Parts: sequence; C-alpha cells; structure tokens
Amino acid sequence: MPSLPGLRRYLYTLCIQAVCTSCAIVVQGEFLARLLTGSVWLALPVAALACRGLLVWAQERTSARFAAATTTFLRSRVLRSGSGERTVLVTRGIDAVGPCLTGYLPQLVVSAVVPIAVLTCLFVADWTSALIIAATMPLVPVFAILVGKHTVRRTERQWALLSRLGGHFLDVVRGLETLVLFKRAGFQAGIVRSIAHQHATATMRTLRIAFLSSLVLELVATLSIALVAVPVGLRLLSGGIDLHTALLVLLLAPEAFVPLRAAGARFHAAAEGLAVLKEVLALPEPRCTTTTTARPPDLRTAKITLEDVTVQYPGRDTPALRNFWLTVAPGDRIALVGPSGAGKSTVLSVVLGLAEPVSGRVLIGDADLREIAPSDWHTRISWLPQNPWLLAAPIADNIRLAHPHATDDEIAEAARQAALTVPLTAQGRELSSGERQRVALARALVRPDTSLALLDEPTARLDVTTEQAVLSASRRILHGKTALVVAHRPAILPETDRVVRIG
Amino acid sequence: MTRLVLAGCAAVLAEVAGIALAGTAAWLIVRASEQPPLAALSVAVVVVRALAVSRGCLRYVERLTGHSAVLRTLAELRGRVYEALVRRRDVREGDALTRVVSDVDAYQDALLRCLVPAMVATVVGIAGIAVTGSIVLACGLVLTGIVLPGLSAMASRRAGQRSVAARARLADHAVDLERGAPELAVYGATERKLRQAEAAAKVLADAERQTLPLGALSTTVHSGTVLAVLLTTDASAPARAAITLAVLAGLEVFVPLTAAAARWVEVRPSVERVRELLTGPSTPDRPAPELVPEKHIAVIGPSGAGKSTLLKAIARRCPGAVGAMAGAHIFTTTVRTNLTFAREGITQADLDEVARLVRLDGWIGSLPDGWDTEITAETISGGQRQRLVLARAVLADAQILLLDEPVESLEPQQGDEILADILARYRDRAVVLVTHRPEHIRGFEDVVTMADGEITWRGSAKMISQDRIESAV
Repeated sequence: MPSLPGLRRYLYTLCIQAVCTSCAIVVQGEFLARLLTGSVWLALPVAALACRGLLVWAQERTSARFAAATTTFLRSRVLRSGSGERTVLVTRGIDAVGPCLTGYLPQLVVSAVVPIAVLTCLFVADWTSALIIAATMPLVPVFAILVGKHTVRRTERQWALLSRLGGHFLDVVRGLETLVLFKRAGFQAGIVRSIAHQHATATMRTLRIAFLSSLVLELVATLSIALVAVPVGLRLLSGGIDLHTALLVLLLAPEAFVPLRAAGARFHAAAEGLAVLKEVLALPEPRCTTTTTARPPDLRTAKITLEDVTVQYPGRDTPALRNFWLTVAPGDRIALVGPSGAGKSTVLSVVLGLAEPVSGRVLIGDADLREIAPSDWHTRISWLPQNPWLLAAPIADNIRLAHPHATDDEIAEAARQAALTVPLTAQGRELSSGERQRVALARALVRPDTSLALLDEPTARLDVTTEQAVLSASRRILHGKTALVVAHRPAILPETDRVVRIG
Repeated sequence: MTRLVLAGCAAVLAEVAGIALAGTAAWLIVRASEQPPLAALSVAVVVVRALAVSRGCLRYVERLTGHSAVLRTLAELRGRVYEALVRRRDVREGDALTRVVSDVDAYQDALLRCLVPAMVATVVGIAGIAVTGSIVLACGLVLTGIVLPGLSAMASRRAGQRSVAARARLADHAVDLERGAPELAVYGATERKLRQAEAAAKVLADAERQTLPLGALSTTVHSGTVLAVLLTTDASAPARAAITLAVLAGLEVFVPLTAAAARWVEVRPSVERVRELLTGPSTPDRPAPELVPEKHIAVIGPSGAGKSTLLKAIARRCPGAVGAMAGAHIFTTTVRTNLTFAREGITQADLDEVARLVRLDGWIGSLPDGWDTEITAETISGGQRQRLVLARAVLADAQILLLDEPVESLEPQQGDEILADILARYRDRAVVLVTHRPEHIRGFEDVVTMADGEITWRGSAKMISQDRIESAV
C-alpha cells in the first residue's frame, strides 16, 4: 500500500512542536505555582503564555496545509481509480480524513511526547506523586487499545452501511417517478426511515463501546488526581513537602492525562477517517497512460475483423457475446439484429475498445485493436450509444464534447439536424430520454472527419415525424462511412447494405 | 427533544463535577499547608474522591444520551427529506445525493457539536460568574465564549458557502466520471474532466482551510484569563487557589465553542436547504387533458405531444391506475424485489406466471440465483429491462393499466405477441396504450390522437383515416 506524500515530514514537524509544547506546559505550571505561593516578575508568565500561543499557531498552520494537500491528493486518486461508488467516497468519505489529519494525528504525537516530559518533571519535583501517575497512566493506552480495536471493526462496518445508505438513497431517488406511479413512494419512505433507524442502532452499538474507552480515560484521569491530591495534602500536614511543590504537582498531574484524553476523544471521529484512508490507498494505482502508440490504419482501405470474440462483464455468469465472428469491409454498412440481450450493443463496445474480449481479438487491417492508441482510434468514429449520458453542463457544451473546436454555428446546425428542439442553454441532466438520444445524435453529427459510424438503435422511442428527421440525420452520418448499426425497427434497414443476425 | 435536554443536563453536571474537583483539590492542598487539625480536611478528602468517580460516569451518560437523541432525530429527518423529494421532482442527481447524505449529516453536526456545547457553556459560564462574582472572569468568558466564536464564525462564513458550492461541483464531476465514462473515453475528454474534478477538489480543500489563528488566540485568552483571575482575586490563600484551578478547569468547557461556531456557519446553508426542501412548494404538475379510462384506449401522437404527461396525469388522478412507463427505474436489488414492490401479497406463482407472460422465464432460469439475483440497470439489456417494467405493471393487478410504448425495445414480432397477451388478460379492465406503431391500434374501439398537449381526435380505429395516423405517429 502506498503511503501519503509528505507524511514523514509532517510527523517530524509535529514531534518538534510537541517537545516545545511540553516545555511551555511545564514552565507555565511552574509560574502559576509560584504566583499562588508568593510572587514572580509578571513578565515571565506573560512571556510563557505568548510562547504557548505561538506554538499552537505554528502547529495549526502545519496541519491545515498538510490536510489540504492530502485531501486533494486522495480525491484525485479516487477519481482516477475508475472504481464505482466514487461519488460518496469523493465528497463525504474523504471529508472524514481531514479531522483525522488535523486533529487526531497531532494529538497522537502530543500524547506520546507530553506525558513523558511532564512525568519526568514530576519525578524531579516529587517522586512519590510521580510514581502514582506513572502507575495509573499506562492503564489509559491499554484500555484505549483494547476498546479501540473493537471500535475499529465496528466503525468499518458502519462505513460500509453508510455507503450502502448513500447508494440506497440515490437509487430510490432515481426511482421516485416509478414508485410514485405505483403509489409506493410512501412505502419507500418507510424503508428509508427503517434503514436510517438501523444505522442509528448500529451506530449506538458502536458508540456504547467506543465511549467505554472515554469512560475509562476520564475515570483514570480524575481518580489519579484524587490519588495524588489527597496524600499530598496529608504530607503537607506533617510538613513532608512544601506548598510550591505540592501545587506544581497538582497543576502538572492533569496535564499528563489531558493529551491522552484528547486523543481518545478524537479517536471515534478519526476511526472513520482512517477507514476511508485505508480504502482509498488500497484502490488500484491509476492506470498509467497506455504505451500503445500504433496509428490506426486508414479505414477506407482496412477492414475490421472480429475473430471469435467472447465478452464477459465482471460479476456476470453468462458471456454478453459468445464466439462472435464478423468482417466489415471498407464502406460496408451492416445492420445488427437479434433478440434483446444477444450482445448487439456489446459488439459496438468491442469495436470501440470499451469492452475488452476475454478471448478472441479485434483486428483493424492487420493491427490488433489493443495495440492501437485509443485516442487515435476514437477520433475516427461517430458514435451513438444506446443510453447516452449527458454531463452536468448546458446542452451546447454536451454537443461540443464530440468536437471541442466546433463553432457555435456548427453546434446549432448539428442540433437542428438532430431534430433537437430544446434550447441549447438548457442543462443536460434535465432532458427526457428521447431528447438525450438526440443530443447524442448531434454529437455524432458534429464529430469531424470520421470514417466509421457506430449507431445503437438510432430510431428507438421516436414518432414518425421525428423518426424521419433522425433518419435523415443518420443518413448524413452514415454517408461515405463504414458503419455498424444496431436496429430493432425496420425503418433504418434501407440505410444499410447487409443484415447480420446475432443470437 | 426531551432526550436532548437530558443529555444537556448530564453534560452540565459532568462539567461542574470536573470544575469542583479541581477547586476542592486545590483548596485541600493550600489549606493543608496551613497545618490545621486533620478533621478540618476530612470533608474535602471525601468530596474529592466522590467527584473523581462521578465525573467519569456522568460524562459517559451524557455522551450516550446525546448521540442517541441526535441519531433518532436524524432517522426521522431522512424519512421526511425523502418524502419531500417525492413532491420535488426538480432535484438533480448529483445534488440529490449531496443533499440527502451531506446536508442531513450536517444537521447532526449542528445539533451535536453546536447546540449542546453552546447550551452547556452558557449554563456553566453563568454559574461561574454568579459563584465568583468576578468581573475579570466575566470579561474572559465574554472573550472566549462570544468574541472568539464570533470571529471564528466570520472567518468561516465565506469559506463555508464556497465549500458547499465546490462540493456540489465535485459531486457533479464525480457522477459524470462514473456514469459518463464511455462518452468521456470515446470523446477523449476523460483527462480533461479529471482535471476539472481535481480543480474542484482543490477549490474545496482551499475553501475548507482555516485562515485565522483561532486555536492560538483561544489558548492565549484562556491562559490570560486564568492569570488575570489569579491576580485580581482577593480572598484567603486556599480560596484563591481553589478559584484559580476551578477557572483553569472550567475554561475547558469553552474550548469547543470556537470550532462549533465555525461549524455552525458551515452547516447553516445545509440546514437551511434541508428546511427549504421540507417546507418548499411542490413542483407543479404539467397541465394535461382530462381522460377517465373505462375500457381500452390507444393514444397516438408525435413526440412531445403530451402523451406521457397524459398517462402520468391519469396515474395521479385515478387511484387504481398503475403502469409501465418509458424510463422506468430498475432498482439495485434482486429481480424479485424489483417486481414485488408493485403490490402487496405477490406470491411465487404470480411471479412465475407473469415471467412466462413477458417471456422472461428463460432468462430468470439462467440467472445464477434465479429470482434472487442482484441486478442493476447496467447489468441487464434494454429488452430485459422493458420486460421487467411490463411484468411489474401486470403484477400490480390494477383497475387501470397504463402502457407507454411497452414493447419498443423488443423484437417487433415477440413484442406484438406479448402486448396481445397482456391486452387479452386485461379484457375486462381499462387499458391506456401509448404507441407509435399503427399496427398496435388495430382493433381498438377508442383511439385518441394528441398534438401539443391537446386531444385532437377521438374515435374507433375503424374510423380513423390513414392520413390522420400518418400525421399522428
């Protein structure tokens, strides 16, 4: 698992700052004890106070800078990993990492350094009290680890539940129309509630144990103050210790526990952040840019051959396409027909290089598609997918995706030819499925200098008038190109030369 | 609410116990150095021990009651937010996710990390000033409890607003990268989109960065207050020590306030958006002509003529109407659950029968776990999806069946057979069929043509002219 960039340096800085902080704590305690027993030149405690403030300021700055750099790094990593369920992880998930880096980690360093420094000081001042603290203090980390181990497992489970909850919400929100139609939206609201209640119950189960650790921490800390204060008081009665030392002990004893308690209190929040951190770092390394540099052969002379291609999508038992053979000669316009689920759309994905065959190969001329740089290959293709996705951007920008250098006039013309009637400034996500398909058609139309057309059911879900417009647009796309067209409806068949049946 | 107040009371008691412990211990030590008889100290010794035990226990109770109250409130809130989303269809996907997950969590923060600490600090602060009567302490508390949180709120106000917007942008980019991956890859735009998303992530990180040295200011103010109280307290030595150490311990209560104020400003837009979502007006329904179906009706008309709007209007107006609509959602769950939500009391026999009707029995038989196989909209083909949607509509067994281009994605011949079977099954009930295919309306006694949201003609399929069909489909 790769580590975080800059982590080592951050930890070193935190260590140095923690040592300085310990000194400031001891000095402050000393001045306070002196002020309570006699008097001291006022400038000294004031200076100590200022030093402590400066140290906190330095630590805050270091942490904030490191956290900003790290969350940006982690988000980039998640985005580039290409894994599913990215949305929750990229926003809410990585949010949890920030407090873990700015709060928990510095506190962990402080709690390793400060108690030791304070304890050393106590030994010098009054070794009997120091012994009591030294004996009780190890209980804190021991209990923290025992309870913490349990909490980590629980929190990991809670995180899994949360992301399921996120997925569940997105799913039911997407399906709202459907549920409303079946008069079942109210029923679903009940499910949302019950899942949230499940989440609450699961979280409380975790917390009951997580807070046990804080109970132990608080008890040990307060009890040890009682254990120190009472004997010191009795020794003062008999004159076995002077008041200045006694007060210093009373002031410093809680300081030995404060960092441990603070770290313990932050552990719960940090556990979620740590779980996310682990998850993100375990993601596969971003795919390195392909080394394939071969230029694709000219499609006016090269044929496309699918040789015994089998495609199997992950998580599915039956192949989406089985032992498929197809030769597409230059200028061939082929209609793919067959029952639904036979793999017609998969053939297009294979030719695009989006779906990689588990066996067999795709040849462009004599070159294997896998050896051709995808970016070069894609510039040759006008593509109309079955379920087009529109980006969260205006329609004009969505069309321009296919041709970044297109002028506004070219975009408008493509939209007109695709029979698109909505204003180009409308947001892409707000369109109906038929309109989305026509935006995709406009994309295919505006794509410049292509020699291969891949159209997936261009006339599905259209009335006859719109179908005519779409057909003429398809004709324009197909003109002078090699083409594969998935066809359910016969209207598109006259535009093709040959029919290939799948399944 | 009662739970929240209980939690607040436990918190106040825990803090008071801690403060009293520090004060009593200090008093005990300074008084002991004056070497009084042992009996003068015995009460203090007992009090110190009792407070030491009770503080830890009170803190545990406070934490549990506080979190439990907040989580229960939230479960209810999630349900209400969902119900509000039912009324508000104008919510986009990336936004909906940010809203429901992030905003509702922000609500939790507002309660747990802002409201409760502020309540506790107010009670403890007022009690402290009342007990000591120290004006210096009052000034220190105003600085640490009001001025510093105010500064903190100011600093994060703009940052908070910026981060909510940046977060929504980042979520949009992430959804685009996830769901639009094929388009981005083919158009060579993946890298550009990734850079935009990373830029949004950077903006978000910068927006979240705290710019004022608040922690340093708060440490300085706290130590300064302790020092000032010590120097200005005019009392016996034990009392002075007790007050100093009690103030030192009591100021810990105010430490979370600075962060709480910043957090409050950050979460306020979320809290307000949740409130707006819950109370805002419903998205208005599109106007649609009145049509009360009693028998089989076929609806034809060009795209955008208002056919789907008409179907949705019927579904809304008639309690007994359900249907198979274009773009119906496939839930990420089992095949079974995707169908059984249509109606209560669906049996395995019903499922098997409907599967045969829509010709899905072969596919379901081939699935690894049969009916209990998990599916998503992405793992099934368009035809399988349409058959599931049809099966769902038939299973609802409603008085009025609405079919919106029900066999569009199927092979024409098999699609027509399935449609004929469904119509035969619903012989005695009402069916509204929206179609583009002239051959589907054959045999319909009641055909409606639509254009521009209006019904333009109504009559028997035998009466309709070829021209009218041509212009309508």
